[in-house]
Amino acid sequence: MDVRSQVSMVFHLDKCIGCHTCSIACKNVWTDRKGTEYMWWNNVETKPGTGYPTKWEDQEEYRGGWELIDGKLRLKSTGKARIVPNIFHNPSQPSMDDYYEPWTYRYEDLFNAPEGDDQPTAVPISKVTGELIDIEAGPNWDDDLGGSEIYAKNDPNMASLTPEQQSQMMAIERLVFFYLPRICNHCLNPSCVASCPSGALYKRGEDGIVLIDQNVCRAWRSCIAACPYKKTYFNWNAGKSEKCILCFPRLETGQAPACFHSCVGRIRYLGVLLYDADKIEDVASRKDEELIDAHRDMVLDPHDPAVIAGARANGIHDSVVESAQNSPVYKFVKDWKIALPPHVEYRTLPMLFYVPPLLPVMSQRNGDTIESVSEDLFHAFDQARAPLEYLGNLLGGGNTGKVSYALRKQMAVRLWRRAVTVGDITKEAAEAALREADCTPEEADEIFKLSTTATFDDRFVIPPMHREEAIEMMKDTDDHRRETGFGFLTGPRRGS
Amino acid sequence: MGSANHLDFLLYGAFPYIAMVLLLVVTIQRYRQRAYTYSTLSSQFLENRQHFWGSVPFHYGILFVLLGHFVAFLVPRSILWWNSHPARLYILEITALIGGLLSLIGFVSLVLRRGSNNRLRAVTTPSDWILSVMLLVQIATGLGVAVFYGWGSSWFASTLAPYLWSLVKLNPDVAAVVPMPWLVKAHILGAFALVAFFPFTRLVHILVIPNMYLWRRTQVVRWYGTNQGRVEHRKRSAQDQQQR
Ligand code: HEM
Ligand code: SF4
Repeated sequence: MDVRSQVSMVFHLDKCIGCHTCSIACKNVWTDRKGTEYMWWNNVETKPGTGYPTKWEDQEEYRGGWELIDGKLRLKSTGKARIVPNIFHNPSQPSMDDYYEPWTYRYEDLFNAPEGDDQPTAVPISKVTGELIDIEAGPNWDDDLGGSEIYAKNDPNMASLTPEQQSQMMAIERLVFFYLPRICNHCLNPSCVASCPSGALYKRGEDGIVLIDQNVCRAWRSCIAACPYKKTYFNWNAGKSEKCILCFPRLETGQAPACFHSCVGRIRYLGVLLYDADKIEDVASRKDEELIDAHRDMVLDPHDPAVIAGARANGIHDSVVESAQNSPVYKFVKDWKIALPPHVEYRTLPMLFYVPPLLPVMSQRNGDTIESVSEDLFHAFDQARAPLEYLGNLLGGGNTGKVSYALRKQMAVRLWRRAVTVGDITKEAAEAALREADCTPEEADEIFKLSTTATFDDRFVIPPMHREEAIEMMKDTDDHRRETGFGFLTGPRRGS
Repeated sequence: MGSANHLDFLLYGAFPYIAMVLLLVVTIQRYRQRAYTYSTLSSQFLENRQHFWGSVPFHYGILFVLLGHFVAFLVPRSILWWNSHPARLYILEITALIGGLLSLIGFVSLVLRRGSNNRLRAVTTPSDWILSVMLLVQIATGLGVAVFYGWGSSWFASTLAPYLWSLVKLNPDVAAVVPMPWLVKAHILGAFALVAFFPFTRLVHILVIPNMYLWRRTQVVRWYGTNQGRVEHRKRSAQDQQQR
């Protein structure tokens, strides 16, 4: 057992209101430089929809993640064998057209226009060329276009649905959508790291955050193609790849990442998971249908004395173990099993988990139409507007079992709380529902509490990062103190 | 030393050294102080189709031709031995010519691509343009020599390689270059000009081509110090605390 610590995340999809506050917080802090305008380290997608970059989940085209060849893991894009002949031109690298060309407006036209009968307008100009631009796509171009024939229909998760299910999801009375906020998953088996010829990408040993060493990146661009979630981006101006850093400077000072901190829907949870690093390769090479369980199994119980001893032996500070014991992520993922990894079949072992959405809780299918006011208030979740298969493709590794488990439990919690607070459902009926959902009243109360009234400190249990120890090991703390602030003083300017 | 004049000395006796010193000093200084600027500055993200037809033939061609130059310089005898059969001489000359043509075609299409695409023009620096012209001239003179002064693989090994070695030995044999045709001289000067300009351009990417990737472990994890170091450090600080 090789115990390691990972800062992990849960996003509760039933709570996301699609306001994009998270994206803006991130953009303002990290990606408003030239060359990064189009980067959305955090973005919020409408699902069903094509996402960002367009159809990123279509790995036949983008070739991200891993594949199993004779039981061996292999990068789908350019691994060791294929990078050599392909280094001059990456065969599966997306281009700006798969994202969008960033633009601004010529605002000075508003002031400089000669007097006349018409209102002056500010025309859009490209942030790359500075010339007039015909805007064809932009951030969240398919926002809220749930039933759209152009966007929703081309969602790669729809492909395996029956034509009938597909057309139902498009019908105006039936259409449904929800939001999928996405950041880097800080995976345990990151394909971006594995693909980098320069070794510029790395996982931080202490907390598992995946970073790109900007001084070592040489723009071979393998990571852009290799990340199946398309969460490494190419800075076209500086000639370097960049990605979500999980706001590590904030974490190191005990603050939640900007997107977590600003989240209006309070959908986000952050905490430590301890896991067994010896199992990474084995788990990542399991059969598709075993992946979710195996991934969950490699997460270790932070109360287990053997695990605590293993953590100590590996230099994990007791305060980090304690933080893991209070981790909200552990509860969602391990105790309650209602948070699932996105597209686990990409085999990168993502450490961001999603609680699947019930999708309008109070409306259900009745033949071909939707009833929003039903007699028994809560519908049977398998009659929900979005077919389970769709959610299964997104969060179940292609299977519906884990998703329906999570949904059934959430529904039972609602029934239980209705019985407790309003009383128009009998406790016996609610308890029966809980039993059926593999849940107890105590657990239901806990789920309820963490999902609804949890405070900032309940949602973000940030481990002490002990940077002071790292500094002590490298040099004299007194020297360090006097040097602080005198580091990298030049801006990240493009070479020649 | 015959008819070598002052200009010849400057061009073929001194300039090569200036170029080499610039190359060494500036690349090292740049690497140490501005490592961030070491990048291929790839433009594939901005234009993804023509890119293949430019970058791939150019690189395969130029790398093959440069490899030939290096072998002929380092072990001239191997080339002479190989060329001792006319059939093998033909094979070598023709493959080298193909390499040169590939790099020419590839590079011309790269330059045309750069010139004709607004996005690419926006990220092209003056040093990119200068480099483009220098490389074009260099490839063109190289091909010119190959076409007009045949069997270059043999006479390079027997006359130019000794000149290059005389430079290495700090005893430049300028007279060996003076009688050469002007096209060959242009190619030699272009080469040293490129060496001199190299550290100021994106060409530095050649120095940082990844070499460990094929041998390293697939995943990369970076720690502050070692685990063991951390455990011991903690024990020490615990003891310190007790003593206080
Ligand atoms: C094994 C050695 C080399 C490797 C791996 C390599 C790799 C690369 C890569 C990845 C690019 C970026 C292409 C793009 O995406 O836009 C590039 C560009 C370039 N390379 Fe190389 N290169 C090598 C050797 C050379 C050599 C020997 C030369 C010339 C003497 C050269 C000249 C150039 C030039 C001029 C460009 C810019 C092309 C353009 O975009 O106009 N490279 N190289
Ligand atoms: S801030 Fe929170 S609620 Fe708003 S879009 Fe982002 S994740 Fe959803």
